[in-house]
Amino acid sequence: MNRIYMDNAATTAVSPAVLEKMMPYFTDIYGNASSIHSTGRDARRALEEARRKVAEVLNCKPNEVYFTSGGSESDNWAIKGTAFAQRKKGNHIITSAIEHHAVLHTCQWLEKQGFTVTYVPVDEFGQVNPADVEKAITDQTILISIMAANNEIGTLQPIKEIAAIAHQHKVLFHTDAVQAVGAIPVDVQDIGCDMLSLSAHKFHGPKGVGVLYIKQGTRIDNFMHGGAQERGKRATTENIPGIVGLAEAITLAAQNLEEKSARIAGLRDQLIEGLTAIPYVRLNGHRTNRLPNNCNISIRFVEGEALLLRLDLAGIAASSGSACTSGSLDPSHVLLAIGLPHEIAHGSLRFSLSDTTTQEEVDYVLKTVPGIVEVLRSMSPLYADFMEGQK
Amino acid sequence: MYSDKVLDHFSNPRNVGEIPDADGVGTVGNAKCGDIMRMYLKVDDNGIITDVKFKTFGCGAAIATSSMATEMVKGKSLKEALKLTNAAVAEALDGLPPVKMHCSLLAEEAVKAAVEDYMKKHPEAVID
Repeated sequence: MNRIYMDNAATTAVSPAVLEKMMPYFTDIYGNASSIHSTGRDARRALEEARRKVAEVLNCKPNEVYFTSGGSESDNWAIKGTAFAQRKKGNHIITSAIEHHAVLHTCQWLEKQGFTVTYVPVDEFGQVNPADVEKAITDQTILISIMAANNEIGTLQPIKEIAAIAHQHKVLFHTDAVQAVGAIPVDVQDIGCDMLSLSAHKFHGPKGVGVLYIKQGTRIDNFMHGGAQERGKRATTENIPGIVGLAEAITLAAQNLEEKSARIAGLRDQLIEGLTAIPYVRLNGHRTNRLPNNCNISIRFVEGEALLLRLDLAGIAASSGSACTSGSLDPSHVLLAIGLPHEIAHGSLRFSLSDTTTQEEVDYVLKTVPGIVEVLRSMSPLYADFMEGQK
Repeated sequence: MYSDKVLDHFSNPRNVGEIPDADGVGTVGNAKCGDIMRMYLKVDDNGIITDVKFKTFGCGAAIATSSMATEMVKGKSLKEALKLTNAAVAEALDGLPPVKMHCSLLAEEAVKAAVEDYMKKHPEAVID
């Protein structure tokens, strides 16, 4: 069976060109970048070349690029590192209700360490209102962290405006851009952020490698102790193959990005229009102010995990924010934050596209989903009761 | 994470549907938690369950346990049906992931709720 992968917000396939660039760094140029000999120096050269390439795409200086193990580490470091470094200045952090758990759980942990956190709400489309952020600022506020684009519903946040507000109040601004990088242009000068997190495996790079951009002069605690790597801020022998892969992937992603995004957005729009034409299906997130590759819908009277299993049997990989897929009793915090009742949040489906998604794949999904919905609704007591009530 | 049997009962559920003139109907669970099961029973004069159907809103395990539970009580006496345990349903499906055990409990409760409904409607019936 032909497998259709529409879960690219979870992870992407490593592109063959990226893999090819990485391969020599496993077996031939395997040196430790800290070694003095030529094997080590070759690895060091690759490391610094990768840093330069990433800096070029992000529009920053190479010494502002810090390689990490991925998006979650970058978020953890940005938030904990600045919280503790700025502790004498204040103990208040502002973030949003719909951040990734790498941000939310880090903030919740900091609350246990004596920090206070404001979680600003979002509107029905999942948008943070910059005015809410500004209102939340106190003389104790040291950090604002708002994601560039939401991972579940794809809503883009007004991070430029929020960065400007943060700086007017002399507060640091971090953005989790894990879903944005590779999907839309991301320029740290244009955004005006002090820190930015990204992860290679979201844009056809390898897993286990990410970046934290830290603007020069930002006071942040070192994250990993035990070595001089990453300017002494993050010990651990560098993952050279991964870093080389990240640099190649981000470079490739940035090429013709607008053209590629426009094509993907066209496919996304077909999915949105086709799927919301099914009765009692709604779009989650903003209709236009969203990632070009994200389609998130709620299908009433059916449950998300059952939908995913049926889709999988039909060869389609997608994702859901239902409780059964979140591993808890509650559905996704993002869907609840935009005001969805539990039972509608349980029936959510996310299709996330990539560069490699084809028109044929979109056609197949649009042809397949209605039948699956019909089968599951035919066995749903909620649907039966609803239809009875409609009579 | 699911056994082949769970996937089989999920993708080809047995006894799905409604019994319009059911002798007993039980509904358990709630939509907020993401699962609702409804069981319909047809019971003969000897207290034997001659037909059983279900409708379920829920995850793969919820649908599979509903399907299995209907198979396990069909043709049985009401007394035997009341003895159905969630562990037996889970075992018949070659096990469930720990986070899904509550689905099997819901299946047990749905059968019991349907039998109780039958008893309420048929006060003359005796389960010995």
